[in-house]
Amino acid sequence: MMSIPTPHKPWAMTPRELLYPTLLILASALATFFIVANTGFAGKLAYAAVFFTLSSLSLFFLKLRTVGQQAAIDSLASSFMLTAALLVFLPVASILFSTLQKGLPGLHPSLFTETMFSASYLDPVENGGLLHAIVGTLYLILLTVIISVPTGILTALYLTEIKGPGSRFIQFTVQAMSGVPSVVAGLFIFASIIIATPIKASGITGAFALSILMVPTVTRTAQEVLLLIPNDLREAGLAMGATQWKTVSTIVLPAARNGLLTATILGIARIAGETAPLIFTIGGSDKLNLNPFVDYQGALPFYVWKGLLLGTPESIQRAWTGILVLLVLVLGLFTIARVFGSRKVGK
Amino acid sequence: MSATITPREITTNPRRSDKVFRSVVSIVGLFAFAVLLLIGTFLALRGFEIFKIEGFKFLTTSDWNVVTDESGNQTYTFGIAAMLIGTVLIAITSLTIGVPLSVMTALYLNFYAPVRIKKFLTAVIDLMAAFPSILYGLWGYFVVMPMVIYWAKLLHKYFGWIPVFDVQQPFYERSPFLAGIVLAIMIIPIVTSVSREIFSQAPLDRIQAAYALGATRWAVIKNVVLPFGSSGVVGGAMLGLGRAFGETVAVYSILNIVFKVNWEILFGMGGNVASMIVLKWGEASPIETKALLAAGFVLFVLTLIVNFLADFIVNRAVKSGRA
Repeated sequence: MMSIPTPHKPWAMTPRELLYPTLLILASALATFFIVANTGFAGKLAYAAVFFTLSSLSLFFLKLRTVGQQAAIDSLASSFMLTAALLVFLPVASILFSTLQKGLPGLHPSLFTETMFSASYLDPVENGGLLHAIVGTLYLILLTVIISVPTGILTALYLTEIKGPGSRFIQFTVQAMSGVPSVVAGLFIFASIIIATPIKASGITGAFALSILMVPTVTRTAQEVLLLIPNDLREAGLAMGATQWKTVSTIVLPAARNGLLTATILGIARIAGETAPLIFTIGGSDKLNLNPFVDYQGALPFYVWKGLLLGTPESIQRAWTGILVLLVLVLGLFTIARVFGSRKVGK
Repeated sequence: MSATITPREITTNPRRSDKVFRSVVSIVGLFAFAVLLLIGTFLALRGFEIFKIEGFKFLTTSDWNVVTDESGNQTYTFGIAAMLIGTVLIAITSLTIGVPLSVMTALYLNFYAPVRIKKFLTAVIDLMAAFPSILYGLWGYFVVMPMVIYWAKLLHKYFGWIPVFDVQQPFYERSPFLAGIVLAIMIIPIVTSVSREIFSQAPLDRIQAAYALGATRWAVIKNVVLPFGSSGVVGGAMLGLGRAFGETVAVYSILNIVFKVNWEILFGMGGNVASMIVLKWGEASPIETKALLAAGFVLFVLTLIVNFLADFIVNRAVKSGRA
């Protein structure tokens, strides 16, 4: 009777092989501590730099002695890659931490029920609230979605379903549109609508400016989703005698529903925190305005912006709290998008 | 009575519903183009007066003054040279820091990271792209600046003999260097994702052949992946450059904007076209508003050119990968 050999990984490191690198890294940590304590170096930067140099160099010489030059260079490269990935992760952790740390002290219940109409940014943070800003941001999101989602999805349909003669060109313009700086979008709406037509700065003009930024995001995500829909579905529809319109509206779009929802949510996350276009287009009111078509409108990013510009401790505190609320909104949308996006297309 | 049955005409012409569908979709498809065209036209139109008065001086001088004398006459000069130079200086600083980090992170994600870390780090990088730019501004001013001032002093102390790291007066607050570091973090998501896309298309047979010949991971990356992906990385860097040119609020929060050309990146004085527009917007007179719209036009054209180039390079790199 033959015995089945247990699977094993001959390339995996044995405990003995693992021992030396671990010891070396521990030793470099200790050495770092002594070097920083006893020489002119100081601060977190010195710890990081000395530790990185010592540990990667010691691993380099270990490999050089035990394996060879190529392996030593390989280990050095690995250290660099790992450090780079860590360096990319650090700012995100720092941003989340400092937003929580500095934003939480300014939270109070009336924040969500009051406006800044009868309060000044320089008042103690308990006065006033950001209801007007939350309402304004929700209006802006709603109007922008109404404008950009149909536009974005129809553009994506042209690129994936019709594949007309202009596909390459339209792809190119969508790409270029996604590079339009947000400040230019705001200036454009100011120059073309606010000073040229009777429509004055209000929620809707803000939504126009934000749409310029949202359409490319929606188009590109929707396009990727539509490309994932198997061609069999389209061909089946056409083979049953359906017109292209019927095929698209009853087969392709429903199959892509979740993906299109993701595209919408990613688009919202892209524009919810935009500040620059709003500076030129919404006027920035401090009182609650329930009509987005008339009169100045407030918005969360604008509230943060105002707080930051005034520069007193109270207004800065307001800015941090405002950005915390905005961040929670964006993160919530982002999480929903990932949950929907990770579901399988066509289910 | 015999019913005459006329058979349905068989044709390849689209039905009416299809005609409507196709024309609606085609018209909406031109939306992006129409918007680009309108942006260019309107900004150029409103700024035309300034271009006519100032001519090329608008791009080559650095004075921005509006003076009203007692009789109400206005004299003005507008020039954005310092702003343009500042924009490029900050963008180059951010690329110098951000692109190597992004490329190494992309390599780490594609060739080194275990599955779990890969998923986590990808989510983290997507998250970075979703952070509002004003958050980067606040964070940059209150959290990063104290650290960067210390780094700037070190850089000045040990590398002051290099002209760009020289500083005449010890004033390190709100420097282009700080703006460059914060922008570097802001462009990491886009550069990383483009680089990953390109690296993941590196021909698998060549990678496996290299491994089979006994190459180490680094040797594979150096000899197969990087030569294949280098043009894509350049394209990704260009996209990042476009972002860096157009970033407004974050740079405004952390940069000390002065209308004077400054090449010393550690010195707390710089320029940036986008932020300058916001800075001057608040109290702008009608003629100044026109000058700001003209500056917006210059910025628009600049980013358009950079993005077109980036798009061209990336598309070519992606195509060569699929061939």
